[in-house]
Amino acid sequence: MTSLNTAPDLTGRNLSKRRAFANRTATLLIGLCVLIAALPLVLVAWEVVTRGGSALSLGFLTEEIPRNYRTAGPGMGPAILGTLAITGMAALIAIPVGVLGAVYLNEYGKNKPLARFIRTMADVMTGVPSIVMGLFIYVAYVVVIGEKVGFGGSLALACLMLPIVIRSAEEMLRLVPDELRQASAGLGARKWRTTMSVVLPSASSGITSGALLAVARAAGETAPIIVTVGLTYIYKPDLFYGENTTLAAQIYRNATQPFAASQERAWGAALTLIAIVFLFTIVARVIAARFAIDKR
Amino acid sequence: MTATATPEAPAEVDLGGEARSRRADWGFRALVTAAGLTVLAVLGLILVTTSLRSAPAFQDEGLIGFITGTRWAPNDDVLGTFPMLYGTLITSLIAMVIAVPVSIGIALFITEVAHRRTRKYIVTVIDLLATVPSVVFGLVAVLVVVPAITPAYQWFADLVAPVPGLNAIFDESNTGRNYITASLVLAIMAVPIITSIAREVFATVPETDKQAAYALGATRWEMVKGAILPHSFGGLVGASMLGLGRAMGETIAVALVIGGATSMSANLFEPGNTMAAIIAQQWGESSGLHQDALIAIGVELFAITVLINFLARVVVRRAEIKMKGAHS
Repeated sequence: MTSLNTAPDLTGRNLSKRRAFANRTATLLIGLCVLIAALPLVLVAWEVVTRGGSALSLGFLTEEIPRNYRTAGPGMGPAILGTLAITGMAALIAIPVGVLGAVYLNEYGKNKPLARFIRTMADVMTGVPSIVMGLFIYVAYVVVIGEKVGFGGSLALACLMLPIVIRSAEEMLRLVPDELRQASAGLGARKWRTTMSVVLPSASSGITSGALLAVARAAGETAPIIVTVGLTYIYKPDLFYGENTTLAAQIYRNATQPFAASQERAWGAALTLIAIVFLFTIVARVIAARFAIDKR
Repeated sequence: MTATATPEAPAEVDLGGEARSRRADWGFRALVTAAGLTVLAVLGLILVTTSLRSAPAFQDEGLIGFITGTRWAPNDDVLGTFPMLYGTLITSLIAMVIAVPVSIGIALFITEVAHRRTRKYIVTVIDLLATVPSVVFGLVAVLVVVPAITPAYQWFADLVAPVPGLNAIFDESNTGRNYITASLVLAIMAVPIITSIAREVFATVPETDKQAAYALGATRWEMVKGAILPHSFGGLVGASMLGLGRAMGETIAVALVIGGATSMSANLFEPGNTMAAIIAQQWGESSGLHQDALIAIGVELFAITVLINFLARVVVRRAEIKMKGAHS
């Protein structure tokens, strides 16, 4: 590359027309792919912000949902509460189980056949359609207790979150340097102490970030909710009693109606839901970024 | 809470404490193992409970009749689900035909073409695309895209009307809620997952291979064609299968735009249905055998998606092992 008397011509000016054309066309097409992907995002953002923005007001966020599709005016309060409560309960179930499962995979199971099998099955579980999780909880929980309740939705969402939490937490545990474990063991700590007071704390920000991304994903789920949670128009803070509702379910329900009033509520709910989901995502990103700096 | 061990000196071991500590260690191990096993438990429970519940529907038609029957009339206890299987396959395959090349293009742009700063923006765009809830895609598709795109379908149907073969696939239709619209929405939703795995796959191509191609005078496209793509083929197949599995299971966005017909049509501009979408659409009004049949469709969908996902993971892992072997 260096110390040639006559520098070779690396500019590509001597490229044959056919090769230069193929290269330029390929680059252009590859760039086009990015535009194709950006287009729907811009469309969605534009439509949701402009149409949802006009529906949004303080009343929209707090008032109860009108019972009639045709009734104009605000109200998504119960759905917002339902989204936060059902998703929050799902997180309370899925995150501890998922993190402990990740501890098993990375600290105990490692490359044992059982651990490898669980790892593969967790990957497979991320691909189980959300509607199937809904049907599962319907059969295994809603039918058993005899009514649709908010907690059923939490269980379904928890099942969806579990494999995501396990796999992301395991990635984070793997980043914890072995020296920390050895140092702790050298001080006489047993494995469970080492795990609880050394390994998990040093991976905590990464685990939190992954868990929040799973929560964000779950908050936007619709299919399991309509199967297990039912419908309500009023505030239902008790997840164990009576049918409930979420923003996603309300969007689905209102979008299928031909009435302007219900469609406007659907747009408002969409903007609210996206705001909630993005908030979780951004917080997760910020935590993850800080984690990355810690590692340096 | 403290990072160090209990303050007891190692010289004079408190046997009681030691035993308790050992028991704690055993207990903790049992706890985390149980947590790991929940994955298997949930998957097993899904299979058992939903299968048991849907048994009446499978018995009504027989397993084969249920899967291959072409008439869906739950009120008359006729439960043929083939139109839904057909809809699922056709929409997700068309979605893959669109999404796979686009995703590979994006992944190539990110890894090979973009400068570091643009790269960050594009990754953000793709990540944002992945975080948009599917019901929001469905909402925009059904209220904005469908009314706008219906004339375009009509125009295209008129355009290919004289061409035999094509005119059967793209025939007249008076609705924008059809197989093609569903496929387009699915394609958009599959792009982020395929892109992210394609990027991982491309990242495993040895830098030396790329530099060698450039050193031989290859243009960037020739380097991609000669060094990156052959290296990544297995991984890309796996990525596409994961996208396919995701597309087949997508429910709400499809339920909003596919139209809800329970017949089959070769005409892609006709309304249809998919396995996931029909469950969401008919769940509210179902009971008895009808509901069992919807759950049975869910079991069938579960079996198909688990199989595809399992195969995809095996393919990706094989490809990774092969690539690492080539690397060393």
